[in-house]
Amino acid sequence: MADPIVSFAEFEGSNATAVRIEPGDDARALIPHLDRLTLVEVTFPKFRDGRGYSSARILREAGYEGTMRAAGDVLVDQVPFMTRCGFDDFAPDVPLNEADVKAALGRYADVYQPAADARVPVWKLRHG
Amino acid sequence: MHAFQTSGNCIRNISSDQWAGAAADEVADPRPWAELLRQWSTLHPEFSYLPRKFKICLIASDEDRAAMRLHDIGIQLVERDGKLGAAFYVGGGMGRTPMIAPLIKDFVPIEDYLSYSEACLRVYNRYGRRDNIYKARIKILVHEIGAEEYARQVEEEFAHVKTLGIDPPLAELERISAMFAPPAFEASASDELDRSDPDFAVWVDQNVKPHKQAGYSIVNIALKPIGGIPGDATSAQIDVMADLAERYSFDELRVTHAQNIVLPHVAKRDLYAVWSALNDADLANANLDLISDIIACPGLDYCSLANARSIPIAQKIATRFADAERQRDVGELKLKISGCINACGHHHAGHIGILGVDKKGVENYQLTLGGSGAEDVSVGKILGPGFDEDGIVDAVEKAVEKYRNIREPGERFLDTYRRVGAEPFKEAVYG
Ligand code: SF4
Repeated sequence: MADPIVSFAEFEGSNATAVRIEPGDDARALIPHLDRLTLVEVTFPKFRDGRGYSSARILREAGYEGTMRAAGDVLVDQVPFMTRCGFDDFAPDVPLNEADVKAALGRYADVYQPAADARVPVWKLRHG
Repeated sequence: MHAFQTSGNCIRNISSDQWAGAAADEVADPRPWAELLRQWSTLHPEFSYLPRKFKICLIASDEDRAAMRLHDIGIQLVERDGKLGAAFYVGGGMGRTPMIAPLIKDFVPIEDYLSYSEACLRVYNRYGRRDNIYKARIKILVHEIGAEEYARQVEEEFAHVKTLGIDPPLAELERISAMFAPPAFEASASDELDRSDPDFAVWVDQNVKPHKQAGYSIVNIALKPIGGIPGDATSAQIDVMADLAERYSFDELRVTHAQNIVLPHVAKRDLYAVWSALNDADLANANLDLISDIIACPGLDYCSLANARSIPIAQKIATRFADAERQRDVGELKLKISGCINACGHHHAGHIGILGVDKKGVENYQLTLGGSGAEDVSVGKILGPGFDEDGIVDAVEKAVEKYRNIREPGERFLDTYRRVGAEPFKEAVYG
């Protein structure tokens, strides 16, 4: 049984290891506690609200290595962007078609910019 | 050509100067830097679901021919102590809430400019408003928290982002620059011009602009025949322009936001041949930047969002000012018409702007004066109550005649308006 996920407001002052952050929550407030966190669930109430992409990247950039879950209105078109921003777990409201996800993730061989994943931008491949 | 990010709340295509790579006054060719921005922003994982669409403009001259400060981000390449850098203006835009982008940072070293852009976007993505589509552009964020506070947050974000290795090495810029290498100019091309044909000379003075390469010029084809539809060309005319580009401009032709065409690299010795061919095709209108060089949006003739027609107004105004001598006497006057508040015709940035509104089911036209999309950027102000279709044409003429009567030597319409204010024009139009 995994630890219960607490809300961002409940997290402060608790010793929870799993937290849920909403689009308006400041992910940077979690940075002092990254050592004990094993799961960060970033919610996407509407797919159009892209604040969670920044939240995820900020935490990965700060060295967070636990699970980063995208939850909510998560659609296949967003999965490649989310993966690049450091998400490695998905809890979509409507289940995704595995084959579609695989196709979306494999669509482009190269990327133009570094992000929170391991992919190397095409300029770096060219120039080292 | 591609269709990436031509829709959606992402970073749209980068716009730049229509004379890029040719203009005598640029500190560098802006195109490689714009291409670098395009690459960085394409399928950007963090910035594909911004609060609203996002437009970046990059220029490299003090003269702004691209309405740089009316973009979400306007970047001007500048030189300081022999080093290239970028001045960042953030939070401009037209539409229903026109705003001029304030200067956020006067000099970002060029090797930091993608990181700085990333920081600008991250602050916007996190804090831009998402509760109201009309308040979601970055201009509202910058306006609400203030340019200074926005700049402070960007600076803080930048200090962190710069450590992420987002800026590619100079070798990548060099690779891109090779794709924008100057064409094979003739080093000894002559600067001399035979101006003995008076019609040709008039066109040269109005439509031909200085090129950075000696012996060459930038040719502007004004698609603004008196009484015609602004920006329209027939298929036969398009063939002519394509042939001329192929033959005389190293196969290059550009379409401008002012609904005109540019042949960027024409040898001076070929200018007469180019003009003659344009003239034969009714394309030698010598009215660039004059009152009949109108920007008009499609308006009610084509656009489902329109409140009023734009094109017929443009046609009537151009016809009213058909006399070429009078137009030249009036001088530079940028007139822009939008058929609704979305401002696709950039009326806010017109020295004279016209906005079509719906007044109880009848087309009505508001007159704004004093706008500019150039380096002397400003947003035009409504002069007074609106007009019907013929009334707006009369009102424009009255305002222009007022200017002719009260101008001081060397003043453009815009300069006179700025000096004397709206009052004399109000009197002339409504008095
Ligand atoms: S300004 Fe309005 S009428 Fe004109 S093209 Fe834009 S949306 Fe259509």
